[in-house]
Amino acid sequence: MSANGTPMLELEGINTYYGQIHILQDENIVVNEGELVCLLGGNASGKSTTLKTILGLVRPRTGTVRLAGEDVTQLPTAHRIKRGLAIVPENRRLFGPMTVLENLEMGAYLRPKADLKAEFERVYELFPLLYERRTQLAGTMSGGEQQMVAMGRALMSQPKMLLMDEPSMGLAPILVEKSFEIIKHVNESGVGMLVVEQNANVSLSIADRGYVLSTGRVVLEGKAADLLQNEELRKAYLGR
Amino acid sequence: MDTFIQLTLNGLTLGSVYALIALGYSLVYGILKLLNFAHGDVFMVGTFIGFGAIQLLGGTVNPIVPVWTLLILITLAAMAGCAVLGVVIERFAYRPLRDAPRIAPLISALGVSFFIAYSMQLLFGSELRNYDTFSLDGGALYLEGFDIGNVRVPMIRIITIVSAFVMMILLWLLVSRTRVGKAMRATSFDREAAAMMGIDIDKVIVFAFVLGSALAGAAGVLFALRIPTYATIGFLIGLKGFTAAVIGGIGSIPGAMAGGLVLGFAESYAQGYISTRWSDLLVFVILILFLVFRPQGILGKADIRKV
Repeated sequence: MSANGTPMLELEGINTYYGQIHILQDENIVVNEGELVCLLGGNASGKSTTLKTILGLVRPRTGTVRLAGEDVTQLPTAHRIKRGLAIVPENRRLFGPMTVLENLEMGAYLRPKADLKAEFERVYELFPLLYERRTQLAGTMSGGEQQMVAMGRALMSQPKMLLMDEPSMGLAPILVEKSFEIIKHVNESGVGMLVVEQNANVSLSIADRGYVLSTGRVVLEGKAADLLQNEELRKAYLGR
Repeated sequence: MDTFIQLTLNGLTLGSVYALIALGYSLVYGILKLLNFAHGDVFMVGTFIGFGAIQLLGGTVNPIVPVWTLLILITLAAMAGCAVLGVVIERFAYRPLRDAPRIAPLISALGVSFFIAYSMQLLFGSELRNYDTFSLDGGALYLEGFDIGNVRVPMIRIITIVSAFVMMILLWLLVSRTRVGKAMRATSFDREAAAMMGIDIDKVIVFAFVLGSALAGAAGVLFALRIPTYATIGFLIGLKGFTAAVIGGIGSIPGAMAGGLVLGFAESYAQGYISTRWSDLLVFVILILFLVFRPQGILGKADIRKV
């Protein structure tokens, strides 16, 4: 819980539709300052739509999206990014024909030019490999390296609230562990995080709290430690 | 040999104009995946703005400003006017159809093309408009220059070629070095991911139309400095610019430049060695051959999708 009690991110009574199809149903999610929250759920459970709703790439029919207490439901994506939101998208979505350096620069698109140098230094310190590879085209890198670029790119905007969509997808197990270490590290520097994952085990082990989505509804929520022990969840997502 | 040099010179002049037009097609296609068929008509409006600006500056026989100032002013006027036109077209003909199936904006583009061409014909008639640049400074633009062998390279061609290349280099610098240029490249690769970075996609699209249309305006003036223009010229020239963009690899900026030059040379050599009557045919045979055998163009990459 943050000092002043205002959550970094708050979804309240969200109902999102694609045409006639009711995707998100009365969704309520809260991420407090510096908290690491994971959002679990199988395919088509509404995880990606939740992230798109937070980003403003789709608009909810009813409900409110708040960033640090401010209602941003009607604001376009760029304005939300400006208020400290960033995302590491599913499949990374790097700009393949552009260099690592240019990809990072795009991450800091809305930052004042004067701050760029400091942002680069911070990200290079976290991922020294990106400095070595700064002139390489992002599309030519391996999956693990691309994941670093995607994280670095998101961190270039100095986010207060970071969304991560399936950070473990397509990564070798050793890289999954590495990547969650970095997530934890970034979170400990005070960034609020919402991590969407299918890999419930790893994500719950580093999270503070978790939500479980099923067909667009939050069916379970609680402390990560409790969710790890939850019988239903174990059966459904942990495969045991 | 002299014939060859002369034809090469003609091809270079023509090709540099085609390249400027092709760039507009590619800029817009890269970002919207839309073939902006009204682009040739924006070019035509550019030729007319240049013509009008010359009259406002006192005509070519007795201009009220020095020759160089006149040339710069009419080019800037055409670039500015076309940029505004491009923005208006995007706002009213394409933006409302942004989320419609791709065929809808294409049909809208054809409609805009006819609308502009025939509105101009209605307003200004269908006769040829000649800039009459020969009267400037008593023919200096044609008489001055330098010789390669027995071939005269007149100032007017030097102006066309050099300014086209300067603009292409400036555009390339803008797209590869500046923040807004990089945002354009990012948007053309993955529009949604670009939006996730906080890039305002609408602004990027408008910017692409401003740049492309301004280049078409400049191309219009450079073209009409030597060749008379008329209200429906945009259709054929637009098709040629489009062909150049396809040959080079649509969506690719160096490709548009290369495609424009290749097309200019092909047309010029065909005119000189085969027949002027067949040169347009050759241009479109080249288009068809590329579409069939190398649709990604000379410099375009085969569509590599992100994994």
